This record gives sequence, structure tokens and C-alpha cells, in this order.
Amino acid sequence: MTDRRIEEIIGTLLRAGVLLSAAIVLTGGIWYMARHGEQAPSYYRFLGEPLELRGLPALIGSLGALRARTLIQLGLIILIATPVARVVFSLIAFWLERDRTYVVITLIVLAILLYSLMVY
Amino acid sequence: MSLLSFSGVVFAVAAIAGFLGSLTGLGGGVVVTPVLTMLLGVDFHYAIGATLVSVIATSSGAAAAYVKEGFSNIRVGMFLEIATTLGAVAGAHLTAIVPTSGLAVIFGLVLLYSAWQSFHEFSGPKQPRPDPLADRLKLNGEYPGPSGSLRYQVYRVKSGFGLMFGAGLLSGLLGIGSGAMKVIAMDQAMLIPFKVSTATSNFMIGVTAAASAGIYLRRGYIDPGLAMPVMLGVLAGSLIGARQLFGAKTRALRLIFAAVVTLLAIEMIYSGFTGGLK
Repeated sequence: MTDRRIEEIIGTLLRAGVLLSAAIVLTGGIWYMARHGEQAPSYYRFLGEPLELRGLPALIGSLGALRARTLIQLGLIILIATPVARVVFSLIAFWLERDRTYVVITLIVLAILLYSLMVY
Repeated sequence: MSLLSFSGVVFAVAAIAGFLGSLTGLGGGVVVTPVLTMLLGVDFHYAIGATLVSVIATSSGAAAAYVKEGFSNIRVGMFLEIATTLGAVAGAHLTAIVPTSGLAVIFGLVLLYSAWQSFHEFSGPKQPRPDPLADRLKLNGEYPGPSGSLRYQVYRVKSGFGLMFGAGLLSGLLGIGSGAMKVIAMDQAMLIPFKVSTATSNFMIGVTAAASAGIYLRRGYIDPGLAMPVMLGVLAGSLIGARQLFGAKTRALRLIFAAVVTLLAIEMIYSGFTGGLK
């Protein structure tokens, strides 16, 4: 695998993640506007999101009774996961390229990233 | 104002932010956060949650194009991400100890100086000695120019790495501004061509932002109703912006960059004095 090929695959991966999440967010957005578009916005005071919108496990658990807001949040989580997936793919690519220095560099980045996503 | 027209306004603002962010490597929070909080009266927590989403959307949207076209340097990005993510984690742990309002004012002043600097870099930078570390790490690269590929060298790798740690630290402490520091470090310390610097910054900011997305999500800062028009607008803007990079004049890009960084600096100083960052 060459650097040029890695760049092409990473570009495609980023585009796929973005388009998938945008399609889900757009669908949820149209649904949300159709049902609540006439209401007044309520972002002026911080209340925090309900528990099922605060993390992937709870979100998946609530997909049975699907609501527009849940669908949008799912799309946003896919968006957040896209850069992480990019790092994971880079790791595989540098491995296939037998570039040991960059396998180590990417592993360090991935470890810090996972630490910050899991621990706090 | 109904929710529908409110979301329409947010979408339009976000599209402008995405356009500017994709061209300058700054993300778009510079525009999104103050418009949401100051003009539309959105609570600060929801605003920074939406801003984080906007940074990832700009990054992935624009970087998809830049990586394919060969503007982003993935090795430079990957190597420097060690520094930015470490800095971000350290910064997040330090928020309880460091007085962020004072820091915001100092950072604002540093940005004002950098904006002036990046605007005055036309005379051609002086070439330092080649950095052997850049060879060892295979950081030197090439990018598309009007008549074929242009090769470039990367200088002062250690200084750049140190500045990137600072960029991560600031983004962990203050929440915004890491894109500006990234571009400045690559452009002014490592002497990477400006278009490569902004495209590589775009490539990197998504990872830095994803590192803090977990905590924002768990604290309930990311409201789907508000983040929806932000994300879609920023994405539309960044896809349009990414098409302009190839033909854009570097001088014009520097001008836009300096203007947006000046805006960011004023925001930082203002929020430092009013205590709006927490």
C-alpha cells in the first residue's frame, strides 16, 4: 500500500462517515421540524439532555420507541466516530505499509484518544 | 421566532462558518459560538456542544477533499496529533487549577500578534537549516500547484511539536482556538506552505474535537435540535469552501485567516473579562 492509496482510502472513509451521518441528521431534522417547527425554541436556559441522549448504549436502548431527536443524535454520534475511525484505519494502513515508526505514532494517538473518550 | 425560522438562521450562519473554517483550518467555532450566545441568546453549554459538532463536521467534510487532492499531509498530521491530544487531556485536567479568564486574555493577545505576523509573511521567510528529524519521520511532502506538484521541506520539527502541545492544552482549557494555534505552528514555526498548513489543520481538528466529544455528550451539552442545523449548515459551507482551496490565492487566504483570527482574539479577550468561558 502506498501513501497515495492511503490518502484516497482515508478521503473516502471521511466522506462516507460524513454523508451517512448527514443523511441521518437530515432525515431526523425534517421529521423534527414537521412535528415541532411551529413551537418556540427552548435553548435559552441549560437543562441538560435526557439520559438516553447522553451516550451510545442508552441511545441504542431507546431506539425501539424512535423519536426524531434520538435519530438526530444517532447521526451526530456517527459524525463524532468518523475521526476515530480514521485513526484506526491509519493504523492498519501503516501496518500494511510496514512503516513501524508510524504504527507506533498512530498507536499512541489512538491510546490517548480512547483514554479521553472512555475515562472522562 | 418559531423553531423552524430559528433553525434556518442557525443553518445560514453555520454555512458561513463552515466556508471560512474549511479555507482557514480554524474549524468554525469562531463564528458559531458568538452568534449563538450573543445574537441568538442560546445558553453557553448548548452553544459549546453545538460548536464541537461544527468543528468535527468542518474537519471531516473539508479533509475528505483535501486528503484526496493531496493538500493534507497525513504524516505531519498524525505525528503532531500526539502533541495535540496529550495537550488536550492535560488541559482538561488543569481546568480546575488554572484561572481560565486570565488565560483567555493572554491567549487573545498572543492571537492578535500572530494575526499580524501571518499577514506580514509575504517577504519570504528566511530558510533555517534543514531538520534531519523531518527526513527521519518522512514529513517532507508535495502538494498540487497550478503547474504540477510542488515539493516542500518541513523545518523546526521540535518547536512545532511543542507549539502543538500548547495548542492542545489551550483547547482543553478554553474549549476553542486550537485550530488557530495549529495553523500558526505549521505556518510560522515549521514553514509548511500555507495551503498545506490549513488543510492539515482541518484534518487534525476533528481528532482533537472527538477527544472531548465524549465528555460533552455525557454532560448533556449536545442538543440534537440545535446541533442539527449547525451540523448541516457547516457541512454545506465546508464542502463549498473545500472546492475553492486549489484556485485560491495564498495572499487572499492569509488575509481571511488574519481577519478570522483577529475576531477570535477579540472574542477571547472579551470572554476573559466577562467570565463567559466557564
